[in-house]
Amino acid sequence: MKIIVVGNGMVSYKFCEKLIAKAATNSFEIIVFGEEIRPAYDRVHLSEFFSGKSADDLLMAPATWYADNNIVLHTGDPIQQIDRSNKTVHSFKGITTSYDVLILATGSSAFVPPIPGVEKDGVFIYRTIEDLEMMTAYAKKAKTGAVIGGGLLGLEAAKAMIDLGITDTHVIEFAPRLMPRQIDEAGSNILKAKLQTLGLKIHTSKNTAEILGNGCISGMLFSDDTKIEVDMLVISAGIKPRDELAKLSGLEVGTRGGIVVNNKLQTTDPDIYAIGECALFEGMVYGLVAPGYEMANVVASNLVEASLNLPIHRETLEESASSINLSEKEALQDPPLGGGGACFSPYDMSTKLKLIGVDVASFGDPFVAGDNVRSVVFEDTMKGIYKRINISGDGKQLLGGILIGDAEQYNMLLQTVKNKVVLPPNPEDVILGSRGGESDGGAGVLSLPDEAIVCSCESVTKGMICGAVTEGGCETIDAIKKCNKAGTGCGGCVPMVKDIMLHTMKAQGKYVRNVLCEHFNYSRQELFDLVKIHELKTYDEVLDKLGSGDGCELCKPPVSSILASLWGEMILKKGNDTAQDSNDRFLANIQKGGTYSVVPRIPGGEITPDKLIVIGQVAKQYNLYTKITGGQRIDMFGAHLNDLPAIWEQLINAGFESGHAYGKSLRTVKSCVGSTWCRFGLHDSVSYAIRIEERYRGLRSPHKLKGGVSGCIRECAEAKSKDFGIIATEKGWNLYVCGNGGSKPQHALLLATDLDDETCIQYIDRFLMFYIKTADTLTRTATWLNKMEGGMDYLRNVVVNDSLGMSQQWEAEMQVLVDCYKCEWKEAIENPEIRKRFNHFVNAPEVKDPTVVFEDMREQKKVKDWK
Amino acid sequence: MLATIEKNITWFLACKTHDVPTNGGVCVKYNDDQIALFHFARRGEWYATQNECPHRQQMALSRGMIGSQSEEPKVACPFHKKTFSLKTGECLTGDECSIKTYEVKVEGNNVFIGVAQS
Ligand code: SRM
Ligand SMILES: Cc1cc2nc3c(=O)[nH]c(=O)nc-3n(C[C@H](O)[C@H](O)[C@H](O)COP(=O)(O)OP(=O)(O)OC[C@H]3O[C@@H](n4cnc5c(N)ncnc54)[C@H](O)[C@@H]3O)c2cc1C
Ligand code: SF4
Ligand code: FES
Repeated sequence: MKIIVVGNGMVSYKFCEKLIAKAATNSFEIIVFGEEIRPAYDRVHLSEFFSGKSADDLLMAPATWYADNNIVLHTGDPIQQIDRSNKTVHSFKGITTSYDVLILATGSSAFVPPIPGVEKDGVFIYRTIEDLEMMTAYAKKAKTGAVIGGGLLGLEAAKAMIDLGITDTHVIEFAPRLMPRQIDEAGSNILKAKLQTLGLKIHTSKNTAEILGNGCISGMLFSDDTKIEVDMLVISAGIKPRDELAKLSGLEVGTRGGIVVNNKLQTTDPDIYAIGECALFEGMVYGLVAPGYEMANVVASNLVEASLNLPIHRETLEESASSINLSEKEALQDPPLGGGGACFSPYDMSTKLKLIGVDVASFGDPFVAGDNVRSVVFEDTMKGIYKRINISGDGKQLLGGILIGDAEQYNMLLQTVKNKVVLPPNPEDVILGSRGGESDGGAGVLSLPDEAIVCSCESVTKGMICGAVTEGGCETIDAIKKCNKAGTGCGGCVPMVKDIMLHTMKAQGKYVRNVLCEHFNYSRQELFDLVKIHELKTYDEVLDKLGSGDGCELCKPPVSSILASLWGEMILKKGNDTAQDSNDRFLANIQKGGTYSVVPRIPGGEITPDKLIVIGQVAKQYNLYTKITGGQRIDMFGAHLNDLPAIWEQLINAGFESGHAYGKSLRTVKSCVGSTWCRFGLHDSVSYAIRIEERYRGLRSPHKLKGGVSGCIRECAEAKSKDFGIIATEKGWNLYVCGNGGSKPQHALLLATDLDDETCIQYIDRFLMFYIKTADTLTRTATWLNKMEGGMDYLRNVVVNDSLGMSQQWEAEMQVLVDCYKCEWKEAIENPEIRKRFNHFVNAPEVKDPTVVFEDMREQKKVKDWK
Repeated sequence: MLATIEKNITWFLACKTHDVPTNGGVCVKYNDDQIALFHFARRGEWYATQNECPHRQQMALSRGMIGSQSEEPKVACPFHKKTFSLKTGECLTGDECSIKTYEVKVEGNNVFIGVAQS
């Protein structure tokens, strides 16, 4: 059967995927025509383009996927005509080809209201990657922005404006409230207040009359005669189904757009189907991806069923059917193309999303009111939380509701509605949590029936997830994703999938805890103590004694780190090299393209002119890109693996040593210039920073460590954003710990005040040893403290008051590590066995990786972007 | 290059056994191709696969960590830790395409990789 799919968006992709998964090999010939230049990508997460995802990251599958599955994909080639009588389609680039079944998956475009001036430069829509690229380019010269539309997409576009650096952004909504389809007036007010605190200016009941400007947009005029100035506008006022091709071919379309389909998704021509955002089913266009996927699923199932009845397979089937039974033979009499029995039915439109950091969810029927309905509302205007649930008159059934500011209970509530789970005696418990009672509100994952659909994108039920755990042996989210695809769509159900997984594991008597991976049934902390007690020195010994199997990329790095923290031996010795994380194994950070970076230690950021010259010479000789890092030192990027030993040899001869930029170990102790030069400086922060950096250099820990020393309260070294930060006072040093930059910044908290040099170091010794012994793998000090019972008070007790009686031991252990420090790069270049590992080809040591390609940029080089 | 031909497989001498780190990999040059060769010493096994990771087309698998998932021997790409079966080449994390695998044989301390004739 030859199937042509028009459009290659999310639903088209899902259709192909489902068809291939269900069909026997080669029973279908599939050809897809897409108008956009790239294969289908994840439009739902389009906005992540602004937070750094590339167009490639967003692809549903690379072009090779289609080829691998024998699907012919034409991108950048829209279908322009359908000849229904001859059953052929004709494309823009001139391809004419026939079909047995035609699938229209043409999606929607943005609806642009006929406002005078919409054609001006600086007015955008928000639908494709190209739209986003154009916005990004234009945003560079824009200061103020506006979005027409305060619905789901409009608010997402507003977030995009903020991400583009246009913090002064207006949202214009025609209706009296935001997200009029999903939330009520009270909910809208809370949301509005929250968004306003983030700097958005929200205008409701506002009607745009004209877009002002000479060629480019400069302002907007409203029907109430008010005006605002804007440099850039995004129109997000709804969607318009792409039904033009269907209309042209004489298929029935709705008066307000959309290709009319029946419950098999057939259009008025039974050999032509429409699925996704272009289809109009029972008067409704579904602007969400989950119902589109369900449509794809229905059509794929039916076509597969039908293909079994087609003439080509007929003979073989008939042969066997004659001997089997009559009803199967009867089925052969009249093979309808849309064969199977699957039907599409009205789809739940519940949604949960995070809008500019605010949770918004609506489920079931969010608005029902009337005699036989009770609503329970919880509102906290201070915290910006609004919750409403609608309950049947008898208090037994949940009908729907709205959650704003805190939507943690969304999945549970949605399931309660869908599965008609009986509510607990005090229904408000489901949003407030049970207060004082014994039960957990009666609505935990346990109360869900097995048929409950947990992942609606992939139609995965609770029963399937439990099965993946009990029969499939899945014990991680990744394993479950792989097993039945739960959580691979929008991802909204992942917390619930995890809950169900953990419950099922517990019910099986499995003790659920934070174990490293399938090879070690221990947490990092337990393993640390065991390795120490048994005095194990290599990864293999640890695995033989305490683990099982052959190890993996999850347990090798933490075990190697434990060995290094305990024994302080050169990390590449004793066969431990291949148990190191790849960066540690080559003592350098691997980069895009496969080259490495070189970061010598520059303690406290202090460097002599001579050493600067050496860096310059080395970088020049090996053609390295140089940059001053955020950690007050110099990074040389783009070194071939083969060149690393020679580069380091030169640096070491000039007095440099490894900067451990590759290790989970001490990075830099940043310092300000301090009292030697600064007129406000109280103490010599540079000398102290150098002393501390040199004390802890090379120390391996659960995650990287950073420090800072500032010479006075002005805090130019940003010490409070470090794992340990030291700030000069009149009387000594204040010590702060557990700060973090990165994605979840957190200021360090004060541990002790007015310390002298020695005591301060003593406290840092204790603090670091406590951390190294007890933190989970890849946990920074900030997160470690956040999880610590008793928090800062407890930590202070341990470190300052020695409440565990461990201080002496910890200080002694730290001193051992400090004393056995050696520059590992020096050891590496001096040991021929280690040195020979730094070659790209084992059988051609002089040849560098020929696939590495550089380009020029601002008089230096850069690595070629990945494909 | 030392090469013998046998039932459509060309065996070529890749390196000596001691050139490959225990429980780790190296990259072998074969004409213009790059092949990752692994010595899974814990199991006394040798594997070879393409060196290019299909996720972002990086020549890196030989520098990855090897290990097992259940019984399946695997390698993790150093870039984004996608893992691939060393036996079948199948991607064990997500939908990445599979990788090519090659036969390996060890004679004395010589390691040979078998390349299928096309
Ligand atoms: C080079 C540098 C950026 C720059 O050009 O300035 C950099 C580069 C990288 N950073 Fe960083 N970070 C650099 C300063 C920082 C800073 C600023 C600072 O140290 O003052 C931070 C925030 C402060 C903090 O850590 O609390 C920072 C927070 C991170 C994080 C997030 C850590 C977290 O706790 O959330 C990562 C990811 C990680 O470690 O898992 C990261 C990871 C990385 C990696 C290693 C990513 C990787 O695995 O490839 C980058 C290596 C590039 C390379 O090839 O060498 N980098 N990184 C900076 C090197 C400093 C140095 O001299 O060693
Ligand atoms: C910014 C944004 C955020 C969103 N967020 C969410 C969300 O959080 N949750 C959610 O459920 N949904 C969300 N959506 C909606 C979701 O993206 C759509 O429901 C989904 O993409 C619809 O898939 P589709 O395949 O039907 O249409 P599309 O993805 O639009 O694909 C249709 C494709 O067909 C092409 N085409 C049209 N005509 C032709 C022709 N004649 N020939 C060839 N090709 C043609 C189009 O160019 C397009 O590439 C969001 C949408 C946007 C824009
Ligand atoms: S250097 Fe740091 S912040 Fe910059 S891209 Fe790399 S990891 Fe991200
Ligand atoms: S390049 Fe290998 S995992 Fe990304």
